[in-house]
Order: sequence, then structure tokens, then C-alpha cells
Amino acid sequence: MNAAAPTPRILPLAVRDLGFRIGDVTVLNGVSLNVAPGTRNIVMGANGAGKSVLLRLLHGLLTPTVGSVRWSQAGDAAIRRAQAMVFQRPVMLRRSVRENVEFALKLAGAAELRYAAEAALDRVGLLQLADRPARLCSGGEQQRVALARAWALQPEVLFLDEPTASLDPAATRSIEETIAAMHAHGTTIVMTTHDLGQARRLADRVLFLHHGRLVEDAAAATFFQQPASPEATAFMRGELLW
Amino acid sequence: MQEIPQSFSLAWSLIASLDATLLSIAALSLRVSGVAVLAATLLALPFAAWLALARFPGRQGVIAILNGMMGLPPVVVGLLVYLLLSRAGPFGAFGILFTPAAMMVAQALLIFPIIAALVRQVVEDAWGEYREQLVSLNASRGQAMQALLWDMRFTLTTAVLAGFGRAIAEVGAVMIVGGNIDGVTRVMTTAIALETSKGDLPLALALGVVLIAMVVAINLAAQMIKTTAMKKHG
Repeated sequence: MNAAAPTPRILPLAVRDLGFRIGDVTVLNGVSLNVAPGTRNIVMGANGAGKSVLLRLLHGLLTPTVGSVRWSQAGDAAIRRAQAMVFQRPVMLRRSVRENVEFALKLAGAAELRYAAEAALDRVGLLQLADRPARLCSGGEQQRVALARAWALQPEVLFLDEPTASLDPAATRSIEETIAAMHAHGTTIVMTTHDLGQARRLADRVLFLHHGRLVEDAAAATFFQQPASPEATAFMRGELLW
Repeated sequence: MQEIPQSFSLAWSLIASLDATLLSIAALSLRVSGVAVLAATLLALPFAAWLALARFPGRQGVIAILNGMMGLPPVVVGLLVYLLLSRAGPFGAFGILFTPAAMMVAQALLIFPIIAALVRQVVEDAWGEYREQLVSLNASRGQAMQALLWDMRFTLTTAVLAGFGRAIAEVGAVMIVGGNIDGVTRVMTTAIALETSKGDLPLALALGVVLIAMVVAINLAAQMIKTTAMKKHG
């Protein structure tokens, strides 16, 4: 594996009338959207709006109650291999930083582990920590390891669920730089955040969720200058949304 | 109550003089329980990891039975193994009744549920934390089981030690299938039972003190290794 831009395999993604219920609670309802190759899609909304559930449905970690998630290529294995996800709380295996990346590569069937893992760590600036136990790294470093682990797989689509939610500004900046670099290498980004500044810095397009419904799907410039929905307008003003 | 101080003094003199009989009994105890723990662990780890991740109708019932079997009475296990290994039993042809091998089988059966139940709980808790990440990385069920067992290895030592503690301290099963034959199948616990029945309480208690010292020493060593390793690996 190398750092070359991934060839489009599974994009574009078409989501139609997606819904998800837990018991009697409707978490997501009637969501339709498309994801085009090479875009940076930021999913915004208040806590409980359904952002994380949407990402898990798109990534295949949850099965929709209704609706469809259609990638351009058929075949579950191919679809799974072309995606990666970074979670809000990175799960670090109880082994070294390098071995955490190698583990992902091994599962992906990569023949050469060490070189590819070190190349990925080098790209996120953590090569010097390769032999350190991953669980002894700081929160920001662990999230960068998670990004390196994802990047090593050269995903066509990277899902990120509030990857900087509990990080300080310096760590946040480092994560954002890595995300931007991954995008520059051709990876399509789908990321949740409720940090307006971060969305402004990273988004090409904003998907705004409110109470499980997609109330706005707009180009980032349009969304930030003139949000169309009252919910998004209130969110931009910093008002509390129920 | 003279027996207690007398027994400590006797225990010390037995250890200090490297009493040949004591060493041979202690060595057999360690060998029988060590092999039993190894066999039970090798069987329990994959079974427990599978049970932790599998979802099927009746799973809760299987877990309840497994947990309940942690309290298996050793004499019942001993009797069961005796029946299986006796000449008329299905495994009588192996001819291992009243040998250390039979004692190993009995102890392994006795501690398998203990190790499996504790490991199942540890792995299931870890699966709650790791599930999304491992599924996201396309880990198969087998790969996930391996990763979880390896990552929980320090915690799992407690389950293995619990099994070892139960094995080396039990007397009922090894008495039935081993027969407490001097120099062949006599272990620490059966020797203690024998000396008690003979009325030599200081010697019985001294052997008990040595047994407890052995178990504490092994647990202490395992704990030190675990703590050092956890500090190193996080």
C-alpha cells in the first residue's frame, strides 16, 4: 500500500428515505442524500439530532429500519474495504502504536505491514511514537493513531464521528490538518461535528440534522451565509434547539 | 490449640529441611493442577470468547448453566470421572484410573466452568468497548475473538489463577479418581486429609500451611508479572 489517491470504487453513495428506530423512539426519519467522490461533507446538528446514528448507518454498523444505503458498486466485502471510520473515543488495542496500525492492515489483507504502518504514522507525525504502547498516548495522539490506522487502509470514504470532541485546540488543529491531508489524497470525508468553526474550516457541504430529519443540505458557503431552515439559522446564532 | 503454633514450626522445619516426601507431594500437586489448568484454559478461552460474541436462542440459559457450574461439587466431578474411567466405563480402555492423569482430567473438568465463565464475562465487557472498531475494520468473528483475548490477557490471568486456586485446593475429586496412593497419586490435599484421619493434626496443618504458602507465592508472582506488564503495555 502507498499514499496514492484511491481509485473511485464505491462512490457515489445514494441514500433514500433512511429511517432508524430504537423501540418506539424514532432516531432518524426520511433522510435522503447523495455523497459524491472527493467531497468533504460535514453533518451538523445539536446533540441527539441523529448525526452519529446516520454515520453508523452509512458505514454499515447499524441496519436501517427503513430506506436504503446504495453504493455504486455491489458486494459487501468490496464496500466494506473501501471505507474506514474514526470514532469520537478512539479504541486503542493494548499493543504498540505501530501494531495498532499493523492490525488494521493485517485484517485488510495487506502483505507488507511494517512499512505501510510506519508510512501512515509518518503522515500523521507519530513515527517517533511507533513503539510506545498506544494506550499510554495522550487523547490527541490516540486520535491521530486512529487516523493513521484509517489512512493506512486508503479508504475511498472516511467517516469521522466528532473526532475532536474532547481535544484541546492544538490537538484539534493537528487532527484537522490530517483530515485535510487525507482529503487532498483523494479520500471523501463524511464527518459529524457541532463545532461551527470546524465546519467552516473543513466543509464543502453541510448536512444539517434536527430531531432525526435532514432539514438542510447545502454547499458550505451557502449554508454559512444564508441558512434556509429556521433550525439551522437558530443553531448558527447559538440558540438552544429542542 | 497447641496444634497451630506447633504446625507452623513443623511446616517451617519441613520446608527448611527440604523433606523429600513433602517435595515429591508438592511437586505432584503442582504438576497435576498445572496440567489441569493448562488444559482447561486451552479449552475455555475459545469457548468463552465464542460465547461472549455469539447470539443465539437460549444463550442466556447456557450462560446461567456455565455460571452455575462454577460451584460444581468436586466429589460429584470425581464420581463422574471415576465412572467414565473405570474398567466398565466408556474410557476404561485408557487404564488411567488411579493415576495422576485421571486427577488431571477431574481437575480440568472441575475448573473449566470457572475459567470459562470468568473469561466470558471479561471478553463480553471488552466486546462492548471494541465492537464498533473491530466491525469497522472488517474483523471476522474469529479475528475479533483473538484480538479480544490478546488484549484482555492481563485481566484473564485472574480467571486462570482462580481456576488454579480451585484445582490445587480441592480434595474430593482427586481422592476418588487418584486413590491417594503413596508415591503415586498422593497430593497435598489428600495427604492433609489422610494425616487428619490418622489424628496427626500438627502434620496435617503443617501441610496446609505449605499448600497455602505455595498458592500465595504463585499468585504473588503472577500478580507482579501482570502489574509490570500492564504498566509497560498500558
